[in-house]
Amino acid sequence: MPIWTLFGVKRGVATSAWPGKEDPDLQSGLLGMPKFLPDHCQENCRACADSCLPGAIGVESDSSGERLTLDYGKCIACQLCTEVCPTDALNKSSDWAFGVRKREDLVWAEALASQPAQELTSKIQKCFGRSLHIRHVDAGSCNGCESELQALNNPYYNLHRLGIFFTPSPRFADLLLVTGSVTYAMREPLLETYNGMPEPRWVMAMGTCAISGGATAGGYSCAHGLEGVLPVDIYVPGCPPNPAAMIHALLVLLNRAAQHVQGGHYAK
Amino acid sequence: MNGTDERTLSPSAVPRACQQLSEEGARLQMAYAWFPEPGEPPEVLYLADRKPHEPFPLLRCRLSAAGEQLASLAPEIPLLGWYEREITDLCGISFQGHPEPHPLVLHEGAHPSIPPLDPRYPKESMIAYSSEPWELPSVEGSDVQVLPFGPVRGDVLESAQIVFYYIGEAILHCHPRLFFKHRGMEKRFEGLQPLLATLLAERISGVDSVAHSLAFCQAVETACECEIPERARYLRVVLAELERLYNHLHYLGHLCHTTTLKVGEAQGKLLAEQCKQLNAIFTGSRFLRGLIKPGGLRRDIDLEALPHRLRMLEPEITTYMQELEVTNSHLDRLITTGHLPRQLAFDQGATGPIKRASGIDRDLRCDHPYAAYDRLAMDIPVRTDGDAHARAQVRMAEINNSLSLLLQAIDNMPEGPVETKLSAPAGAEGLGWCEGTRGSMYYCVHFGANGALARVKVKSPSFSNWRVFPFTVHDTNMMDYAINEASFGLTMAGCDR
Repeated sequence: MPIWTLFGVKRGVATSAWPGKEDPDLQSGLLGMPKFLPDHCQENCRACADSCLPGAIGVESDSSGERLTLDYGKCIACQLCTEVCPTDALNKSSDWAFGVRKREDLVWAEALASQPAQELTSKIQKCFGRSLHIRHVDAGSCNGCESELQALNNPYYNLHRLGIFFTPSPRFADLLLVTGSVTYAMREPLLETYNGMPEPRWVMAMGTCAISGGATAGGYSCAHGLEGVLPVDIYVPGCPPNPAAMIHALLVLLNRAAQHVQGGHYAK
Repeated sequence: MNGTDERTLSPSAVPRACQQLSEEGARLQMAYAWFPEPGEPPEVLYLADRKPHEPFPLLRCRLSAAGEQLASLAPEIPLLGWYEREITDLCGISFQGHPEPHPLVLHEGAHPSIPPLDPRYPKESMIAYSSEPWELPSVEGSDVQVLPFGPVRGDVLESAQIVFYYIGEAILHCHPRLFFKHRGMEKRFEGLQPLLATLLAERISGVDSVAHSLAFCQAVETACECEIPERARYLRVVLAELERLYNHLHYLGHLCHTTTLKVGEAQGKLLAEQCKQLNAIFTGSRFLRGLIKPGGLRRDIDLEALPHRLRMLEPEITTYMQELEVTNSHLDRLITTGHLPRQLAFDQGATGPIKRASGIDRDLRCDHPYAAYDRLAMDIPVRTDGDAHARAQVRMAEINNSLSLLLQAIDNMPEGPVETKLSAPAGAEGLGWCEGTRGSMYYCVHFGANGALARVKVKSPSFSNWRVFPFTVHDTNMMDYAINEASFGLTMAGCDR
């Protein structure tokens, strides 16, 4: 019979030290959110907006002409817009670390406010030191987000090393991590879980569905994610966000990593 | 409908015709309804699978008036029970003599103004819902306890509620309450063009993205009588087998989690992660999304380095599986756990590795080949024990199979274009299918005018297997439950849609 402990020891360490050291983030090749270069945008072209299933891209017109609107909080990273754009205004990119504290930071803004990205509060650090306990609720996802959340505990990402744990009981949880577009049947269990959590508590909308409904917004059985259901402290768009993007967002929440996105602009 | 051998019958002739199919050894696969014209009575369709390489029989019957009742076939053909209840919930057709005449897909307390799949249903209106008590089997006895577990369960799991009636360790009866995650996916297809609809199919079940989009695109291509280029066929095999590979490896790791074999769990999940990373490197998506489209593939991919990467992975996978197969503590928990007899598996509609572990030798890749499977050599692993161990063994053999299929497909990959144009004539209809990781996937598509979809029916393997699963839980014990559930490898999103 195999001695599994020996098997494990022989296999060695697989865990990446990312983002602490120079280790790779393990996401090579992965396509992230489309990169928007508004200067390349052609007038009277609606190719991208017409191919956007969740309506993340729209066209706004005023006296000065037509303008594209872009909301990464609705984007499912399907890459269709990058394929139909005739002028490379929308491009494939590897920008995936999109976790933000404010919903408006996911919406493309022509001019950025001059203030620094975030006013860092040390409250969350004061409360929890460096540890965080998460209660996950699946409020109607496609299970892509669950698959990546489960991956957080595989040897590569090994979330425990960062002092972050999943907990079965909402009573022990600091963070409610919600996936899915919130179906009529999951709304009540979701709210009960939230109400069962001690204060102070935080809410994370994981994946585009939980932010806005994404590809499954509205209809006869779904809401638009957490919009109007619960107050959200951190938004992580993606369909699904990859494990590194999830870790990044958790660290942003804990003030242990910097937010990369402001007004829809991605800066690393 | 293209891709089927169809017959149109009157509602009263359906029971006899279904019985006849059963007597010929055919197995009903699904039933669904749709409304060909708004305001007119619906049509009900029954799909069966007769013999390998023979077209799928399809029975169609148009109700003569809205509100007409159909005879329930569930007493004779139990696997139709859930489909009939779904039709009642979503299309408002009732079935006379149904053994379980309760809501299924819509929960008790959900009251839509008109059936949600009626085209006249207002698009953005959420159904009125207030929670109501629901139908539970009555199990009586002085020491019987009832444990409702979920819908928010421990760990990172999909939402579902499992109600146990138990005495001490012994489970008397298990009653899953599902469809908390019903997102009305089939309705969302209405009015979409096929390319955008593919994105929706990919998002029915994330870990089955390829299987869903493949079955959907094949249904569209069949409806449009479109032949896709040879290279696209081979590339689709590669995508489908990459999906099977990471899913099955994760499955083995998760099974170890339930038998508390910690290093085995870590190794299984490590290998699954390596496969997902390969997916990202070669396709840009860890879930292999964004490639399959009606008419072929959205773009070509370069697979030159993939065989080398797979050959590097192969010895690790082989060693891992060999070690699992000689670990007594692990095997002790699997052997005899969650036994599913062959007849029960057949009658209740088990599919995929579950039915193949119970001795049913069926796999759509061989029986009704699609993509490039008819050009490649493969075996269908079958076991007859029907327990958790057999289910794991079938998956292990399928991992080897997938590796071999991947290497063959890449080896024989023809050059050429990867897409062709297609357009849907008004009223076109098509059936598409594939053998996903979890079993048989069927899509029926009906086009309306302007090349837009009018109705898409999704039959996902988890819907079939969730119906079967409780039969393996009754009269077992609590200690085995988690192992048994893991051994089925079910998804909620696929089942609930």
